[in-house]
Amino acid sequence: MYTISNRLKIFSITLIVLGALGWGYSYVNSHKSLEEVKEILADESSHGGSHESVDHEVESVSNNHGDLSHDANEDKHAEHVMHQIHNRPYAALYVAAFFFMMISLGVLAFYAIQYASQAGWSPVLYRVMEAITYYLLPGALIVLAIAVIGDKHIFIWMDPEVVAHDELIQGKSSWLNKPWFIIRALIFIGGWCLYRYFSRKFSLAQDNNSGNKYFKLNFRISAVFLVFFIYTESMMSWDWIMSVDPHWFSTLFGWYLFASMIVSGITVIALITIYLKSKGLLDFVNDSHLHDLAKFMFGFSVFWTYLWFSQFMLIWYANIPEEVTYYVTRIEHYTIPFFGMIVMNFIFPFLVLINSDYKRLPWFIVMAGVVILIGHYVDIFVMIMPATVVDRWFFGLPEISALALFSGLFMLIVFYSLSKAPLLAKGNPYIKESENFHY
Amino acid sequence: MGSSKFVHAIYNDDDVLLSAVKMVKDEKFHIEEIYTPFPVHGLDKAMGLEPTRIAIASFIYGCIGFTVSILMMNYIMIEDWPMDIGGKPSFSYIENMPSFVPIMFELTVFFAAHLMVITFYLRSRMWPFKNAENPDKRTTDDHFLMEIDPSSKLKDLEKILKESGAVEIKIIEKESH
Repeated sequence: MYTISNRLKIFSITLIVLGALGWGYSYVNSHKSLEEVKEILADESSHGGSHESVDHEVESVSNNHGDLSHDANEDKHAEHVMHQIHNRPYAALYVAAFFFMMISLGVLAFYAIQYASQAGWSPVLYRVMEAITYYLLPGALIVLAIAVIGDKHIFIWMDPEVVAHDELIQGKSSWLNKPWFIIRALIFIGGWCLYRYFSRKFSLAQDNNSGNKYFKLNFRISAVFLVFFIYTESMMSWDWIMSVDPHWFSTLFGWYLFASMIVSGITVIALITIYLKSKGLLDFVNDSHLHDLAKFMFGFSVFWTYLWFSQFMLIWYANIPEEVTYYVTRIEHYTIPFFGMIVMNFIFPFLVLINSDYKRLPWFIVMAGVVILIGHYVDIFVMIMPATVVDRWFFGLPEISALALFSGLFMLIVFYSLSKAPLLAKGNPYIKESENFHY
Repeated sequence: MGSSKFVHAIYNDDDVLLSAVKMVKDEKFHIEEIYTPFPVHGLDKAMGLEPTRIAIASFIYGCIGFTVSILMMNYIMIEDWPMDIGGKPSFSYIENMPSFVPIMFELTVFFAAHLMVITFYLRSRMWPFKNAENPDKRTTDDHFLMEIDPSSKLKDLEKILKESGAVEIKIIEKESH
């Protein structure tokens, strides 16, 4: 049995409090008036540091058919920038909330795959996975709450004024409207969490069951869940991420996000397993289990790259204006995070984890895992930020405090759940095979 | 040197073979070679063989394939006959790089896989028109054969082999080399 230590509790609560304070400060600070924004812009152009604002002026001139005075243009631009400054705390909060929710959801899918395939190697890790998925319900509800409260600050199609002047969004409004968005989200979250609730219940019940009754039940609901999951995950990715750029669409976006999700999920399983093992609580987990987790980290990192590149190359090659703007914005304004994430999500884990022996060294897995997690945070960052703050981004106080807030919450909830049940799912019919697993 | 004696012990189960290998190793006999109809999991560790270096070779072959693909595409699509790729007539390798990535990937895999198989065959001393080395045809079907150097303790070895579950024990003379 694991008991949550006071140090961990204090540490995560401190993270939550500091994060909340930092975010609150940057939220209050973001309420700039139009006059203040103009001052900022004047300041920036006098320093000659911002080529971006020049670009924007050119853009807004052409948008206004050139029949407005220069002053009106400047006003328009300043208003634009003011909105971006207002959006930033919302977007920062949303990115961090989504990132931790995604880890939990990825683990839930991985867990269901283990049951549905009746895997023999992994039952020793089931309690760790169950604990991580405990975060799903609060995490997903928080994401939904931020989406609903953030409203037009994150999702431009939630702004009736924008929709009134945008035929493309009008055409999509039977899907992209707020009530239907909320209902859909509740169906997704309800389905996932129902599976998680029963699966955990059966897993605990199987501990003291002499037959395999609950294991079989778990097998069945896992198979059903996986079908439900792959549809809802796809739709969730359109709703929660892709619709921030409502003109743009990509048909493999659901898979692409799934790759991010599952690789971050498996990485967190590995990190928590290594942490608990270092405390001497998971003696039944051996090198071969870690080796397999690291293989999955390696494999899904390559899978992520494959999907990322497939999406990128088709759009780059076809060069259709409404599609390619997505990447133009990202490559122009987000050069470092955009290309940096390929290094962190592909090149680094590929080179570090390619060697079989290194996949068995905990510190190697931790090193690769931390980089993978940062990389996938950046991935989500680059999905959301360009649509909300465009070039007014920075990894500063709002982003760091949102990250601290949700990492604290995630740790608190996950380790609380870990302390609620024995760490070995001893009733699982494959537990002996799993304990003796070796490569 | 002349000829030397070897003992051939034949088994019909891979688990029995594995435990026999451990017994023979415990008694400090030298196992020359084991012939099996299929790869036996854990046999290399039990025999105390060195870990394979084929992974390193494979990595190097992959790097060669990667380089070849870059040079090849640069020559074909940029230098020799400049192509307008995807309506972007930049004629620069780096700007057209995304369209070459599938080829880089394929050639990396192609080189790594094929050269690795060829290396493996050569390292296992298998090439065309080579006579089979296995001393007993049944090792290609359902029997396992262990070849042991008895040194001077032939009687001891025979006793151990019988205990270990060998279905057949033969002593053969072989030209030493």
